[in-house]
Amino acid sequence: MIRLASVYKEYPRSGLALRDVTLHVRKGELVFLTGHSGSGKSTLLRLVQMAEFPTRGEVKVSGYDSLSVRRRDIPLLRRKLGVVFQDFRLLRDRTAEENVAFALEVTGTKRTLIGPRVNKLLTQVGLAHKARAYPDELSGGERQRVAIARALANEPLVLLADEPTGNLDAWAAKGVFELFREINSMGMTILMATHDLNLVRAHPEYRVVELAHGSIEYDSAAAAVEAGRA
Amino acid sequence: MPYALREALSAIRRTPLLTALSVIAIGFSLFVIGLFALTTFNIRRAIERVEEKVEIVAYLTDATTPAQLQLAQDEVRQLPEVQAVKYVTKTEALATAMEEMEEFRDVFTDLENNPLPASLEVRLKPGSRSPTSVEKVARRVGVYPFVEDVRYGKDWVNTIHTLRRIAGGVALVIGGAFALVAAIVIATAVRITVFARREEIGIMRLVGATDGFVQRPFLLEGLAAGLMGGMLAAALTFFTFRLLSGTFDVQWMPGAWVGVVVVAGTVFGLLSSVVAVRRHLSQVQ
Repeated sequence: MIRLASVYKEYPRSGLALRDVTLHVRKGELVFLTGHSGSGKSTLLRLVQMAEFPTRGEVKVSGYDSLSVRRRDIPLLRRKLGVVFQDFRLLRDRTAEENVAFALEVTGTKRTLIGPRVNKLLTQVGLAHKARAYPDELSGGERQRVAIARALANEPLVLLADEPTGNLDAWAAKGVFELFREINSMGMTILMATHDLNLVRAHPEYRVVELAHGSIEYDSAAAAVEAGRA
Repeated sequence: MPYALREALSAIRRTPLLTALSVIAIGFSLFVIGLFALTTFNIRRAIERVEEKVEIVAYLTDATTPAQLQLAQDEVRQLPEVQAVKYVTKTEALATAMEEMEEFRDVFTDLENNPLPASLEVRLKPGSRSPTSVEKVARRVGVYPFVEDVRYGKDWVNTIHTLRRIAGGVALVIGGAFALVAAIVIATAVRITVFARREEIGIMRLVGATDGFVQRPFLLEGLAAGLMGGMLAAALTFFTFRLLSGTFDVQWMPGAWVGVVVVAGTVFGLLSSVVAVRRHLSQVQ
């Protein structure tokens, strides 16, 4: 589903953000991407969205290859990825349902299909009763649920989340993560960057990849393989 | 209603102040162009009116026979530059002279013979009033043996011609400068609207909208703002014209000129939207 092969990413001003990163995320996996801020988590997610390209190495995401992808293919890739951010990135002048509908409208979904689909998505994230509320009228957890509904709108294959619980209190964070688990249990691949170690430790059943200074420091999947060998 | 149109309309509704601002910016920059066009049109009209007075007068000898006269008139009329030929008899010449020169009326009345010659007055077509064509026709008319003398205001013709060329050059330079300023103002106004909606553009890209899809509402918005700005400019110019026409002898410009200003606004609005959105998109992935 997602494959990074010997990826380096260097910025002209700040230097190397990723250093020889090789990572394979399989279909249906939920992977925690951890590390300090500045360790390269967000850069890695941006490379997966092809919002940026590696300086060296190769990124492959569901059939699209960073070496050969054309600009006009990128929108098609994006429709296969749902993205959620720490700061939600909702349009403040639109209601919850309009924010979700926006993702469908701009990808050319038939108008008659949009209404029912938005309804279903908001129900899925538990916010059907707040469909007409504006982001400013919602709590942080609720806003993140709207953002998740929007990310799921185009039925993506992968959900990318960049510190999705970073702005939330413990209780709301738990709720949002439960929603992620639920979505994952239905077969969605999820790559979630987080520095919330408590959350990671509380769920040892999921794979953990730790970045430090742009390199993979630890990968629980690799560790398990090593342990198996030993 | 297609998405792009709906989105453009709702963008105008959501940010009416910003839309109004760009319409006003476009309107006023085109208003300057409109005023300039109005001035240019009226200066041109004034010059043309002076040019109409350009006339070649061929004085005829008293011995000219009617047949000769007829032949000359017909031949001169055939010249491509000539608009009209008028025969002025000796009597008519005297009458005009007496009318125009009141102080000599007694002198004329006392004359036994009419000393004034008959003449042919040759008027030229609007496009053929340049010094070269005036001179060419004058020389052609002078060929007839019964033509004693050919007169035309040579210096006058040259002066008008120079004036016209200066006016044309100045119009081109000033008009060009104004158009450039208008284009910059319009482009800036559109860039502000694009900047104001960069968040939206970011989300559109994020969820997989194609570049074309992202651009379309902006293009429609730019088109609409340009059209409205152009119409505002036309209205402002017309209002100014009405104010001026009370005091000055000004004439409203032809509809085509107004059309050009409105169309220019629309095209500027559209083009600067294309440039602004493309530039923005090229900076985001």
